[in-house]
Amino acid sequence: MDQIAFIVEILLPALWGGFVVTLGLIACTAPFGVLIGAAVAVGRVYGNRPVQYLCRAYVTFFKGCPLLLLLFILYFGLPSVGISLSPFVAAVLGFIFCNSAYDSEYIRGSIRSIKEGQFTAGLALGMSRAQVIRHVILPQAMRRSIPGLVNEFVYLIKYSSLAYMITVIELTGAGKMVATRYFTYNETFFVVGLVYLFLVTLTTIGAHLLERRVSLPS
Amino acid sequence: MTTDDIILRVEGLHKSFGSTEVLKGVSFTVRKGETKVFIGPSGTGKSTLLRCINQLIVPDAGRVYLHGEEVTHAGAKINQYRAKIGMVFQNFNLFDHLTAVRNVEIALIKVKGMKENEAREKALFELRRVGMEDRADHYPAQLSGGQAQRVSIARALAMDPDVMLFDEPTSALDPELTGEVLEVIRSLARAGMTMLIVTHEMRFALSIADELLFMEHGRILESGSPAELATSPNFERTRQFAGRFAEL
Repeated sequence: MDQIAFIVEILLPALWGGFVVTLGLIACTAPFGVLIGAAVAVGRVYGNRPVQYLCRAYVTFFKGCPLLLLLFILYFGLPSVGISLSPFVAAVLGFIFCNSAYDSEYIRGSIRSIKEGQFTAGLALGMSRAQVIRHVILPQAMRRSIPGLVNEFVYLIKYSSLAYMITVIELTGAGKMVATRYFTYNETFFVVGLVYLFLVTLTTIGAHLLERRVSLPS
Repeated sequence: MTTDDIILRVEGLHKSFGSTEVLKGVSFTVRKGETKVFIGPSGTGKSTLLRCINQLIVPDAGRVYLHGEEVTHAGAKINQYRAKIGMVFQNFNLFDHLTAVRNVEIALIKVKGMKENEAREKALFELRRVGMEDRADHYPAQLSGGQAQRVSIARALAMDPDVMLFDEPTSALDPELTGEVLEVIRSLARAGMTMLIVTHEMRFALSIADELLFMEHGRILESGSPAELATSPNFERTRQFAGRFAEL
């Protein structure tokens, strides 16, 4: 059997649809992961007591819950209480919960690393606390969070394959179907692995460019 | 002197941190164009006093009035009062992610609601005033300590404050950089700015102060004009304190 012909004529076209779904999962998750992560981090550092506890509970819960379990609950469990989500939406929701919980920890650490005096100086100029957070603290904290956030993004690329477990036919799922049908596990999963590696490499390069672009002189 | 001249009135400020009483009832008034200089040993509440004036530290008791309006217990209006009280910090506290000119203009835009180009013009004007216009596009990390402090003075001045608070503005600087900062502060005094200065620079204090206030253990122990320092019985403890510097 001509493996090259198999890869080019059968495998790659069959993977394409799954690849697009994987990109969709990542694109729908990452922005909300960062946004909610930033909100939770701000809540933990600057919120009042109830807000702090709420944000801490959020992080503890979603960091502690195995992602696969979370997806099962969202997809198989919620219908019994009257909430039916499509597989794609359930997967994205689960990813956002997980991603934002971890992102918030990186951002919280970065916020804590900004010198207290800048906050004080902002207040002394007449800015509200919200303005200081928005215009002084977060622009710096988000810069410092980039390496951590990129890490989480890379994890997301890879754990997006868990969506297959709740019937989302993404890259891994599409590969599984081809592999089973043609009994070509080695070739198929090798190529699928290369695609993930490609995405991760692209991310690393993109992150490097982003970091250079927003870096401050030191 | 009329009461209209009084810009700032401080009445009976008390502040404790835990069991340590840092301010034990501090009162004074500041008239327009006046420069008051606070001196005294470290840890006697001078910095805490300045921070209580603009409520960065909330005093346990006592009141602060700006133009007769109470700043203490101002609630949400506190931001408006703070915008009228300029503050310069020992460690400059410039915003690290913004260039010098952005540091100066950001509060003009966000607090005063100025348009971008209007704010830029004002910011460059203030930078020129402190001799930092040619460094407008530098980030704080690219400035020397003296330059950074001059930018932070420009940032405070840009808000057109009624009074400026200086919290040991040269304490974090190399000796050879203090001169340029002190010179800027002198030029403000000449221009009639109302100022409260906490400093350990005795010679500077003597040369710029309209009134010298010696603080110790959370109280204003002695006060008067610099001319009285050498002779007046008002300044016995101050002379003892200043003498230690003179011997150096």
